[in-house]
Amino acid sequence: MKTQSILICGVGGQGILTASDLLSDVLLQAGFQVKKSEVHGMSQRGGDVVSTVRFGEEVFSPLPAVGETDYILAFEKLEALRQARFLAPRGIVLVNDFVWKPLPVAAGFEAYPEDVVERLKQRAGELVVIPATDIATRLGNEKASNVVLIGLLASRMKIAKETWLDVLRRKVPARFLDLNLKAFEAGFGFQA
Amino acid sequence: MPKELLSGNEAIARGAWEAGITFASAYPGTPSTEILENIIRYKDDIYSQWGANEKTALEEALGASFTGARAIVTMKHVGLNVAADPLFSASYIGATGALVIVSADDPGMHSSQNEQDNRHYAIAAKMPVLEPSDSQEAKDMVLEAVKISEAYDTPVMIRMTTRTSHSRSAVELGERQAPPVPEYKSDFAKRNLLPGNARRRHVAVEERLRKLALFSDAFPFNVLQKGKERVGVLASGVSYQYGREVFPDAWFLKLAMPYPFPVQLFQRFASLVDKIYVLEENDPIIETFARLNAPGKEIVGKDVFPLLGEMSQDAVRVSLGQKPADPGVEPGVPARPPSLCAGCPHTAFFYNLGILKVQSKGDIGCYTLGALRPLSAMDTCVDMGASITVQLGIEKALEKAGKATKQVAVIGDSTFFHSGITGLIDVIYNRGKSTVVILDNSITAMTGHQENPGSGRTLMGEEARKVDILKLVRDGLGIEHAYEIDGYDVKGIRELLKREMARPEPSVIVVRRPCVLLYRKARWSPAAVDKQKCTSCKTCLRLGCPAISTDSDGKSLINPSLCSGCGVCIQVCPYKAISYADETGLHISSMTLEQYAKGGGK
Repeated sequence: MKTQSILICGVGGQGILTASDLLSDVLLQAGFQVKKSEVHGMSQRGGDVVSTVRFGEEVFSPLPAVGETDYILAFEKLEALRQARFLAPRGIVLVNDFVWKPLPVAAGFEAYPEDVVERLKQRAGELVVIPATDIATRLGNEKASNVVLIGLLASRMKIAKETWLDVLRRKVPARFLDLNLKAFEAGFGFQA
Repeated sequence: MPKELLSGNEAIARGAWEAGITFASAYPGTPSTEILENIIRYKDDIYSQWGANEKTALEEALGASFTGARAIVTMKHVGLNVAADPLFSASYIGATGALVIVSADDPGMHSSQNEQDNRHYAIAAKMPVLEPSDSQEAKDMVLEAVKISEAYDTPVMIRMTTRTSHSRSAVELGERQAPPVPEYKSDFAKRNLLPGNARRRHVAVEERLRKLALFSDAFPFNVLQKGKERVGVLASGVSYQYGREVFPDAWFLKLAMPYPFPVQLFQRFASLVDKIYVLEENDPIIETFARLNAPGKEIVGKDVFPLLGEMSQDAVRVSLGQKPADPGVEPGVPARPPSLCAGCPHTAFFYNLGILKVQSKGDIGCYTLGALRPLSAMDTCVDMGASITVQLGIEKALEKAGKATKQVAVIGDSTFFHSGITGLIDVIYNRGKSTVVILDNSITAMTGHQENPGSGRTLMGEEARKVDILKLVRDGLGIEHAYEIDGYDVKGIRELLKREMARPEPSVIVVRRPCVLLYRKARWSPAAVDKQKCTSCKTCLRLGCPAISTDSDGKSLINPSLCSGCGVCIQVCPYKAISYADETGLHISSMTLEQYAKGGGK
């Protein structure tokens, strides 16, 4: 099997690293070799955050290559566009329908592009826009939006659903488990 | 054996535990910080601590090694510059208990002021360096470093880079070896580096290097891998992984010990191939040894591959013309620079500098973000502690020329403890006149909230005496004009700054308020804008607060889920258009961290 790559992006504080940890555990449990990468530091202060996961029979580089990434999972719309060049032809893009204005935009120095979804559509083999933050808020806590997105990703990957649920049950603290299982189901069953 | 997905840093911590290390020290710095943060998992077996800086941390580890205990010290690349003095002495002294020095280099400068290859230090200090290519090797290298250190009486460096530190891969977990029982035995001839002793030690060091070179030839982690073509890849660190992606049919020589360079092993490898590609992050270190030891062989290294930034399979392919250069981010995508947090206690200070049109001399920490727009109030940032010393130099040079001299230096609490104190001693001793502002948020915030001498707690969670910065500078150093003010007091900070900048004497202002993230668990009443009163003057936007933006009418808008209710924007609004959404709610500005800890927070 060819090594596959998943890129998760968003804004510091959105739970991106937790999501990529969950994903890595699922892939490991499914029997793959897994490498995950991320950058800490300045990105924790409201900057953009990227975490990448590669899996397969034998994985070397922890980093995906430009134009060779199979999935982009974006927690914020603009961030999907920022990373779009990594996408492989016909790659899958799953985007949270959520806008978090960067400071230069909020302060009026720069404009937030209006055509994010159209530009992503041109590149992607499949594009799904999901209101993950709204869904999580309705379920009780917007912080679960990362698991809604993980649920959506699970629906596009060939790994048994039970493996995902099993990892959630093991990794999520008991008091948040019910919320996160619901969030996962909402993402898994999402129909645009 | 069970396998777990560990980051390189977690793997180093695990390796330290398995290797029977009992002493660990560090000063936090990206990308090395999580090593000690993970070592505290093993606090029953390993004593661990934050040093005031990398020099103190290394010296403390060396002292532990004197007793026969196994010790590890970790730091980021530039931290080793601070610790360079004891590094060179430690090499002469050697190791009684193992002494492992981890340097985490940051190619690409994700969170650093330079790119620096610390393998140079190992060569200069004449000690072996190990370079893992993934998390499994990161753990293995700690175990190997301990063995080499004790067998060859030498400190051993492990060179990590950002990608090996911060990527995760599977690691096989092992059991802990029994640590040696420490006992301090005097060894004057080795450990007292008077010139007479040091001269004899230098002889021993050179002899040690010759033996280590032979060891490197046989080191099982320097691996020669068979290929299908007469093309070879010589690689160290994570670059090996990129090489495997790009050259599936090549021979590989992976060097987990780049120095001393395994000359015979390399020459055998070189005889099997017609052309050698050398892949390594930062500088051409193994490449230089390769060229020396295979004259006439076709070698492709930094003449083709990038010297700048991180290595990657893309960087290799692009350099070889196999792939077009990375086109970069699409046009029209605004950058998302990091910023001070909503409610950051540094914001009001930098806002005031802007009002007073002062460009401060800055330092290393979250507050370096005060240099970015819209705050834009810091025009220098050099290295840890350089705010105070650079401003003294500027002041004295201008003074000599008869020009106005008053400067403002800005430094955080942790950086002040690290290496700001000595600069302040220079100021007081040399009759400096500038104002030094110490932004004291009680924690080392930038690297993710590590305790420091002002926090009142140690790394291992024990209560500690707090160093009182105000007392230290006023009663200890004798700076008469030293004052404390709340980081949320906009007007108070401005008045104090104005007064002290006019004073022809040195002064210190300690701007105190714990980092807002330490308060984060409570539900604070946010601020809100009264649209009727807002005139779109954008004064509040000059704070650069991530919670404040504008709506479609150009009126200010506060995001209640981001706002922490610090009240700074309420104070700066000239039209009184901002107030707390709930005046009777819980307000962070009216609560000290001590009150919060006692149950004020929810």
